[in-house]
Amino acid sequence: MSRFAKVSRLFVPALAAALMVGCERPPVDTVQTGFRGTGMEQVYNPRILATQVDLNTPPAPQPPVPADGPRASEVYKNVPVLGHVSVAEFTRHMVAITEWVSPKEGCAYCHNLENLADDSKYAKIVARRMIQMTQHLNGDWKRHVGETGVTCYTCHRGNPVPAQVWFAPPGRKSDGGSMADFSGQNLAAPSVGLSSLPYDPFTPYLLEAKPIRVNGNEALRFTGAAANRNSTKQAEHTYALMMHMSTSLGVNCTYCHNTRAFQSWEEAPPQRVTAWHGIRMARDLNNEYIEPLTKVFPDYRLGPTGDVAKINCGTCHQGAYKPLWGAQMAKGHPELLALRKTAAAAPAAAMLPPPVSEAMLAVLYFRVASPLLEGEQARGLTLLIATMNATPTLTATISGYHSASGELAMNQELAKNRATGVRDALLAAGIAPNRIVLDKPLQTEANLVGEDPAARRVEVRIK
Amino acid sequence: MAEYQNLFTAVQPTGPVHMGIPLPKGDWKRTGTPWLFHLLGRLGNAQIGPVYLGGLGVASLVFGTLAFNIIGFNMLAAVDWSPLQLVRQLFWLALEPPPPSYGLSFPPLAEGGWWLIVGFLLTTSLFLWWARTYRRARQLGMGTHVAWAFAAAIWLYLVCGFFRPIMMGSWSEAVPFGIFPHLDWVSALSLRHGNLFYNPFHALSIVFLYGSVLLFAMHGATILAVSRYGGDREIEQIVDRGTASERAALFWRWTMGFNASMESIHRWAWWFAVLCPLVGGIGILLTGPVVDNWYLWSMKHHVVPSYPAVFPLSVDPALLGGKP
Repeated sequence: MSRFAKVSRLFVPALAAALMVGCERPPVDTVQTGFRGTGMEQVYNPRILATQVDLNTPPAPQPPVPADGPRASEVYKNVPVLGHVSVAEFTRHMVAITEWVSPKEGCAYCHNLENLADDSKYAKIVARRMIQMTQHLNGDWKRHVGETGVTCYTCHRGNPVPAQVWFAPPGRKSDGGSMADFSGQNLAAPSVGLSSLPYDPFTPYLLEAKPIRVNGNEALRFTGAAANRNSTKQAEHTYALMMHMSTSLGVNCTYCHNTRAFQSWEEAPPQRVTAWHGIRMARDLNNEYIEPLTKVFPDYRLGPTGDVAKINCGTCHQGAYKPLWGAQMAKGHPELLALRKTAAAAPAAAMLPPPVSEAMLAVLYFRVASPLLEGEQARGLTLLIATMNATPTLTATISGYHSASGELAMNQELAKNRATGVRDALLAAGIAPNRIVLDKPLQTEANLVGEDPAARRVEVRIK
Repeated sequence: MAEYQNLFTAVQPTGPVHMGIPLPKGDWKRTGTPWLFHLLGRLGNAQIGPVYLGGLGVASLVFGTLAFNIIGFNMLAAVDWSPLQLVRQLFWLALEPPPPSYGLSFPPLAEGGWWLIVGFLLTTSLFLWWARTYRRARQLGMGTHVAWAFAAAIWLYLVCGFFRPIMMGSWSEAVPFGIFPHLDWVSALSLRHGNLFYNPFHALSIVFLYGSVLLFAMHGATILAVSRYGGDREIEQIVDRGTASERAALFWRWTMGFNASMESIHRWAWWFAVLCPLVGGIGILLTGPVVDNWYLWSMKHHVVPSYPAVFPLSVDPALLGGKP
């Protein structure tokens, strides 16, 4: 054998090995999730999963304590958020939160140990707001967190600042000059799985509410108002957000999409709906809870542009399809399961939109948990009766709705009572029973989250 | 007996280096003193040079070098002028076309102006190089097949970076100059337009791409297999068919009933290679200007099957209110 052949026999395997360094070693596990032959499957690397076990194992729960006895607010000073729970529960929560958030730093991370009621440490102000955020999340975002819910540990995992947060990226030295500005992409960016896609998909989608969808509903190109004007560059931004989601959850595109038609909801796995709500949830939390805290944080906790550390999918998920692989931690902490409604919120919720009285449609609105029409809304009902009486050939189709806050079964009953209440009123006004139809909507829940006055309604379609 | 069934050319006959045939009046002289390079002789011809540069070649190189440097310095600016980061992130860096808001106007340099300038320089460079391949072929008394095959590739380049953006009314639709970013552009274009795999011209283009590979493998393998009978002297075998050619033809006729000839196999290969970017370009030109969503288009025309529903039906949450 020639010397050349000998050298190349050594060199070629070495080169091949060098090229393979970035790859994962086979074998991997593939799980089919969709119809055969469509490539709907999830790929797991058992060796990578094994390294994630510790991260996804919840700490041992604190022993349960009685919920009766004096309230925390009766014993402690300055407990506005958890004052309604028992002293035992309150103390248990404080022990747990220390273990979850500041195990090394201890109580002193948030508290002035001389006076526990003192609010002088920024971490205490933040922690209080974060407890409210957790309550809001568990109570109002069940569409995303389900009955599993979250605790402080879901994000913190023993760190005072969760391991995965995001800041607005800093500019580059050449910004403002005549060199190309690169439109926020084309760097090896960890935020988008080391692709060259736009590296800040968070500001437009998880802070602002820029449209994520780029696909149209028509096969051919349309001009004028019907045209789908979304650009290829917009598609790159959406793609970047999806790369972040895929990396954060440790899943393939096919976890949420049928990749032959990314836009199709009919062909998509149900996880896509959960993820859809997750995007809105992160946006809600960043705007309502995180951003307003910017001034509370000291400078060393802020990002390069002076913004606060914000939430994205990775903050909770940390590489797992469900945070902590779906461990039921929140169940053991009832104090975190719902936001205590403050008295100040009630009047705002009581403001109802004016009733709609049109030729083809009447909409009547209801107070929280009430099947009765009051005040202006009752006048809307009178107008409806007048319309029905004026033209005896008209029929009324009645559908009742409710808001997303509270128990679903109870709400559905409420929506039904609202509809039958309007029917009974029409019957009492002398409208013939054959002119009134009750139509139960497929979805009686008329908003996504929380209390919306416009959701608590009865719609009457007149034909 | 020399073995021709090796990965490398095992035997290298060396002789005096040659300058090539005399050139017609008006042509430039060839540049460089030819020399022999043994390792390259393992892969092809061991003689390196001389090169014919010519007016077209020099002009093409000037425009190309300008484009290359503008791209390079803009990339360097993107990594805050760090040469180390330029090397590390070279595959990620790119010069981006302008944002959609500028349409077809000339944007400021920082917002796509450089991209437009580079586009002009690079296209000019490509056209000059094309003219060079055409003229060199003519001066050697050859046909112009290489030039027209190159033109097919230039067609696809122009569709992606010039014709389609103009039809869409925006330079932002064009391809960025960068390694990974231009691949991301391809993915994003496909995602935006409902999956390019449902574009029939894309499918045709893939047929010709994979077809080219298949033909190349079949032809290369056949010639290597009969090289022991002198089959690698293909040109002689075309005009004076010998046992190598006969055996190669019989092999394919016996295994699949039909065989190409020593000459026609090269027409097959040329057309497959040329049609790949040609039909691909047509497919890209339709994507956006004519068809907005290939998946919906295919469903409408029953090109693709519907599969049995496996998942519980999902309803678009945006229909229940909330921002999409």
